[in-house]
Amino acid sequence: MMDLLGIPLPVLMGQLLIGLINGAFYAVLSLGLALIFGLLNIVNFAHGALYMVGAFVAFLLLDVLGIGYWWALLLSPVIVGLFGMVIERFLLRPIADLDHLYGLLLTFGLALLLEGLFRQVYGVAGETYAIPDSLQGGYNLGFMFLPTYRAWVLAASIVVCAATWYLIEMTRLGATMRAAVENADLVRAFGVNVPLLVTVTYGFGVALAAFAGVLAAPIYSVNPLMGSNIIIVVFAIVVIGGLGSIKGAIISGFLLGLFEGLTRVFYPEASNIIIFVVMAIVLIVRPAGLFGKAA
Amino acid sequence: MTRTKATLLAGAASLLATAASAQGISNDTVKIGMILDMSGAYSALDGEGSIAAVRMAIEEMGGEIDGKPIELLTADHQNKADIGSNLARQWADQENVDMILGGANSGVGIALQDITSEKGIAYINNGAATAALTNENCAPETGLHWTYDTDALANGTAVAMVKEGKKSWYFITADYTFGQKLQENASEAVKANGGEVLGSVAAPFPTQDFSSFILQAQASGAQVIGLANAGTDTQNSVKQAQEFGVVQGGQSLASLLLFLTDVDAIGLDVAQGLTLTTGFYWDQDEEARAWSSKFEERFGAKPTMVQAGMYSSALNYLKAVQEAGTDDAKTVVAQLKEMPIEDAFARNGRVREDGLMVHDMFLAEVKTPDESEGRWDYYNIIRTIPGDEAFRSIEDGTCEAVKG
Repeated sequence: MMDLLGIPLPVLMGQLLIGLINGAFYAVLSLGLALIFGLLNIVNFAHGALYMVGAFVAFLLLDVLGIGYWWALLLSPVIVGLFGMVIERFLLRPIADLDHLYGLLLTFGLALLLEGLFRQVYGVAGETYAIPDSLQGGYNLGFMFLPTYRAWVLAASIVVCAATWYLIEMTRLGATMRAAVENADLVRAFGVNVPLLVTVTYGFGVALAAFAGVLAAPIYSVNPLMGSNIIIVVFAIVVIGGLGSIKGAIISGFLLGLFEGLTRVFYPEASNIIIFVVMAIVLIVRPAGLFGKAA
Repeated sequence: MTRTKATLLAGAASLLATAASAQGISNDTVKIGMILDMSGAYSALDGEGSIAAVRMAIEEMGGEIDGKPIELLTADHQNKADIGSNLARQWADQENVDMILGGANSGVGIALQDITSEKGIAYINNGAATAALTNENCAPETGLHWTYDTDALANGTAVAMVKEGKKSWYFITADYTFGQKLQENASEAVKANGGEVLGSVAAPFPTQDFSSFILQAQASGAQVIGLANAGTDTQNSVKQAQEFGVVQGGQSLASLLLFLTDVDAIGLDVAQGLTLTTGFYWDQDEEARAWSSKFEERFGAKPTMVQAGMYSSALNYLKAVQEAGTDDAKTVVAQLKEMPIEDAFARNGRVREDGLMVHDMFLAEVKTPDESEGRWDYYNIIRTIPGDEAFRSIEDGTCEAVKG
């Protein structure tokens, strides 16, 4: 058997694949964050909580209404996205002209509120959400057993990330959104409803979080703390990618998943902090992040 | 009156109060402080349920001892030893707490042991698993360990599986004092029974995604993957082990510490067939059932072994205070060591010289969905493990204070 640094190659390949799959979650979440920050200048601390809400909405759809996974994958982001629009319209907009710190505090408070609410009702033990029948089982790749569901997570995340990137960077709508950030008054002069654009963008970013939540529901237990467990890491990834950079968020999401996976093989004890170590190094060497434009 | 005189008088009064406390109930209240996980990975098996259980014990005593009220303080240690320590210090110094009940988390559990013995207040731990509490970190005059410990878990689950012929083990271990101790005890048990340990991986606590650790365990080729973790870590690792086809791949899973709430969260579809060791099961006998249904009425769920242990330890502590006529820590702990411990929780219990409450443990298997008659009906009890077999003997232990 071939060895690489003392680790058998098949094991290493397995770990890389796992890292990539975990990176998929990071990518979708950091993409939403980057989108909201880049276009709205809001540091959305509620992102993790909304990811959790996305998972819970999927759980409730099944538990209360009997609506299964595939519909939940569509409905949960829509429901949570609409909820996000309400948040933007009635909570964030009134403080849009104030210092960024206010938005940060508001969304942080919102996150605590949502988490506390779900903890009150569901406790912290978590709820189970079964993997849909069509995605049960797995493939024997020779070097590892790949559960079908994880493969699906990877594929779905790549598609969603690519589509979002295309939407923002390549379409007329995306161009309008970016223009609205640069010069809102001018864009408004062209007859574009900028406030609506902002609301929809926030809703879309939040919907991405909910989408990740539904993807996560069958793998992790659906519990009120799932958001706060992941959000700090995702923030670090956005910082590494470059605040507000769409491409940076996606690429560094996947990259850091890989990196974390490797850490789990070579020095597992450090796997929870490796991302922050990378963040510190990146901030020292390239303060604007890997893909950020220096201000 | 001059200021000096007033100070003198106050000093004399407080001196009198101290003298009185050596005998009777200090400050005219019996104050119990609970330091537990109220919000983190262990809060479902501990948390609010533990508080409800202790309130039941206090109510059973009529809320007072010889006319002196029983008071309860509770706080969240957030799984951080420094927060737990600060709480204990503050309660000892300012609140005159007489006894501290420690909840889940061995790191906090050991920190509390040190502070309570330094401050001379009684301490009973129910949630922490580490056997260090009655071995290297023992404080037999003030500190008791009540519900279960890592030795008992290893002697139950690990021994049973090795005897079934599952001899080679690989551990996925929560990377702090609890997981390390559990792995150490389980490794000893495996080797003592003719098995071998092929390796282990230390997973940070808490961890959401165990897939890469599971992959490493699969690659080891061991017959058994031993999970030396607890709470949400256990839930995630068991679920993901199933997802990654551990059992189809011909390996067995051993969840060395599994709580009722974990099985509830994992679901019987996935958890069925797991072997586990527990200090208490709500359906173990008539008395346990009766108390557990009272608990369920109040709390909305059946009790875990930690929650039942909280009830038992609080109740027996209060009885000992009543019996001894004082809440002086060393006197009460000595009194507890004289009493047989027999209640809704404990079978054939007694508090040993080193502070360990030795009692019968149960080896159980998680039911299949077909066997289960409803929520919480999760275990088949396979065997009762007598206390002396389940726990390590004082002679084999490392508590210097009692080994002489």
